[in-house]
Amino acid sequence: MKNTIAYRIYDFLKQFPPFQFMAKRDLLEICELAQVQYLDKDQILFKRDAPYNTHFYIVHQGAIKLSRPSHQGIKTVDICDEGDLLGLRVTKEDSYRTTAIANEETIIYALPMEAFATLTKENKAVSNYLITSFASNIKDPYTLENSGQLLSEYDPERSQNIYGVSKARFTEKVIQSSQDISIQEAASKMKKYQISCLVISENNIPIGILTNRDLRNVIASGEFTATTLVKEVMVTPVICASPDINVTQTQLILLTHGISHLVITKDGTPQTTIVGILSKHDIVVSFANSPIGLLKEIKRATRTKHLRQAWSKTMLLLKRYLDQNLPLSQILKIFGELKDALIHQTMQLSLRKMETTPPVTFAWLALGSQGRKEQLLYTDQDNALIYANSDTENPEQVKQYFLKLANRMNKRLHKIGYDYCPADMMASNPLYCLSLSEWEAQFSTWITTPTPENILLSGIFFDYTFMYGDQTLVKGLTDHISEKLAHQKVVLRHMAKHALKNLPPISFFRQFIVESNGEHKDFFDIKHRAIAPLSDAARVLALGQGILHTKNTSERFTALAAIDAPNRELFENCSYAFRALLKFRTKRGMAQNDSGRFINLEALTKAEKLKLKRCFKPLRDVQEVLRVRYQTQNI
Amino acid sequence: MKWPWQHTKEYPPFWEQYESAFAKAEQKPLAETRFIALDTETTGLDIKKDRILSIGAIAIKGDTITVSDNLELYVEQDHYDPKSTPIHGILKKGAYDKISAIEAIQRTLHFIGTDIIIGHHIGFDIAVINKMLQRHHLGKLKNKTLDTGTLYKRLQHPVNRMNMQQGYSLDQLSEALKIPLYDRHTASGDAMITAIAFIKICKRLAQNDTLKLKELFT
Repeated sequence: MKNTIAYRIYDFLKQFPPFQFMAKRDLLEICELAQVQYLDKDQILFKRDAPYNTHFYIVHQGAIKLSRPSHQGIKTVDICDEGDLLGLRVTKEDSYRTTAIANEETIIYALPMEAFATLTKENKAVSNYLITSFASNIKDPYTLENSGQLLSEYDPERSQNIYGVSKARFTEKVIQSSQDISIQEAASKMKKYQISCLVISENNIPIGILTNRDLRNVIASGEFTATTLVKEVMVTPVICASPDINVTQTQLILLTHGISHLVITKDGTPQTTIVGILSKHDIVVSFANSPIGLLKEIKRATRTKHLRQAWSKTMLLLKRYLDQNLPLSQILKIFGELKDALIHQTMQLSLRKMETTPPVTFAWLALGSQGRKEQLLYTDQDNALIYANSDTENPEQVKQYFLKLANRMNKRLHKIGYDYCPADMMASNPLYCLSLSEWEAQFSTWITTPTPENILLSGIFFDYTFMYGDQTLVKGLTDHISEKLAHQKVVLRHMAKHALKNLPPISFFRQFIVESNGEHKDFFDIKHRAIAPLSDAARVLALGQGILHTKNTSERFTALAAIDAPNRELFENCSYAFRALLKFRTKRGMAQNDSGRFINLEALTKAEKLKLKRCFKPLRDVQEVLRVRYQTQNI
Repeated sequence: MKWPWQHTKEYPPFWEQYESAFAKAEQKPLAETRFIALDTETTGLDIKKDRILSIGAIAIKGDTITVSDNLELYVEQDHYDPKSTPIHGILKKGAYDKISAIEAIQRTLHFIGTDIIIGHHIGFDIAVINKMLQRHHLGKLKNKTLDTGTLYKRLQHPVNRMNMQQGYSLDQLSEALKIPLYDRHTASGDAMITAIAFIKICKRLAQNDTLKLKELFT
């Protein structure tokens, strides 16, 4: 007989581990034996030391608090929410280890333990999950890294990227010539088009090929002169392939024939018309996976267009690194290098376009998240320019020069994929293209008059990082700020208060606070609710301790941990949580093809939600530290 | 002696059994009483004309709904109103294991026994079932009934009660009580929602003292 309710329970359970590893038939069988139970707030589901019930439970809606006595009274061990499993007997214990109380109105599904055990006895995935989750559940929420590993172990959807079977990309514009021209003409044609290979054809049918290497060999032999006709030296037959050839096949053909170019013809034989040419270089580019290769590509770029291409390849590389779950600190380091190279090269190109060399030395600064080196995705540009003080009579002229340079930079970066900053926090804005003494004055104002706007700006400008130019200028500015801050502590209290504005969604164990209106209604704003509060906290604490050498949030926390022994563990956890959140956001951003800021919670797996939630605990604790240290309630 | 108009009908055994059980039924405390949350999907809203397409019912005891203790029937009907299909989604020749009306009656009576029936706007469901019983020359349902719509009103402050709409739909009720929507507009799904609503309402009515069964009927 059809049982719609059992089906609904099935639909719910199959989203969650370990049920997702069960066969449909087995799971349905369990669902038909289920009970639906409603608990009022504070109603007890089971008590510690009571013998196990015949059923175990899954929270359908609401939350159940698990607690057990400790030397400091009753300690909450865990809060189980939607999809969490509780009261399952995994070990040989015969009584409950914890007391389960409804934290709010809760609906739970009760499943018979015996039937479940029988049906899953043979299922390794299920037992693996139960063992790992049992092991990780009893840990403190702080042991985030470990549980993350446990979770990733049984993530069944991890797929390995398969390389080499993708279609090889070839050049469609093929430079051809007839066989009756001289090799000199051929060589000049190759020079003109900057190509390494000339296809010799007749009516668009390939009859021969002439590469750089062939020309060199011809000349080296000394048997031919510049007027020798191409048909005497061209290489035949032409090795051809069809347009749907993949990368691996191409490599094999090039290797077996010892050649560097493949002519692509309509059906892959030399009898049909030419549709393209594929070089060894194309293959290397299509792999494009070494950061070294990309670095070279960026450094060799002579046009913004090339930089743009190189940078989009960098993004592909980033995606692969994230898919492979490399540690974020490593990813950030690699991308920091590439980003430095990108800015460097962009600046070189911009300077080349200027009529004169810079009148004084200058430095290019990245601000905000880019200054903190936490930005992996394409975002807005936030940058500033600082130039040396000069005694010239016409300071306006100097400023105009750098504004023009900054304008070129901003335009180029825009072309590469970085949007203009909507708040105009860019070096091309006269407000943020200043001499060293002007900048010093500006920072002094921000420090001495902590108005709300200034505090907001300081969040961006205190996180500056040197990108290009004269590093001593930046050091001068940092020294100035350091000295100012030592005498003006009040700004830190205001910054602390600002950092506490966005409270984490920690009080909502069950639910994330989602946006209640606007375009992103019902989405979780990970930047606003989790990432920004952590970096704000790190900034205040780091500035307060005089840590100015790094701007990176995670590194700031690590530095804080090193000098603040009582809070060492907390800061280390913050550092980790921040990296986890950032990685999360970047991954989401890649998947959603946007900034990754707004997260559709429904699209998350249970494991992901759990991971996210655990990041909020250190955030709440660090905000408490801020509150106490800077007495924010008094301002 | 019998008056000619006092003609006693001959009922089939299953009906006799159903009817006679009520005499023996004893009242239990609220927590041990089996309630039946019930919902029907019909061809329309006209009690005289429209017919039952499916019946969904699920048993409640205390705070617990036992999934296996349920009834889900699809009934063969000749009368069919295409207009209501978009709501309940049951097509006349749908791929359901349909049973005859008389079999549906027998199974329903067997399932509900003498228990109290709970429904949202239960009056309608009882009326269409009674009409079906009448067509098969049977008596009316004898079970006591409770309406979640009416019960819910009791949760409201008297001042607000005045403002409440007459018809408080199941959707509105689930939203107010934060009940996850199961299969809305299937008899079983609606019965499930009604069941959870009933448990929630009882909990709230019993907020300060223990609720007694008879209080539900006041």
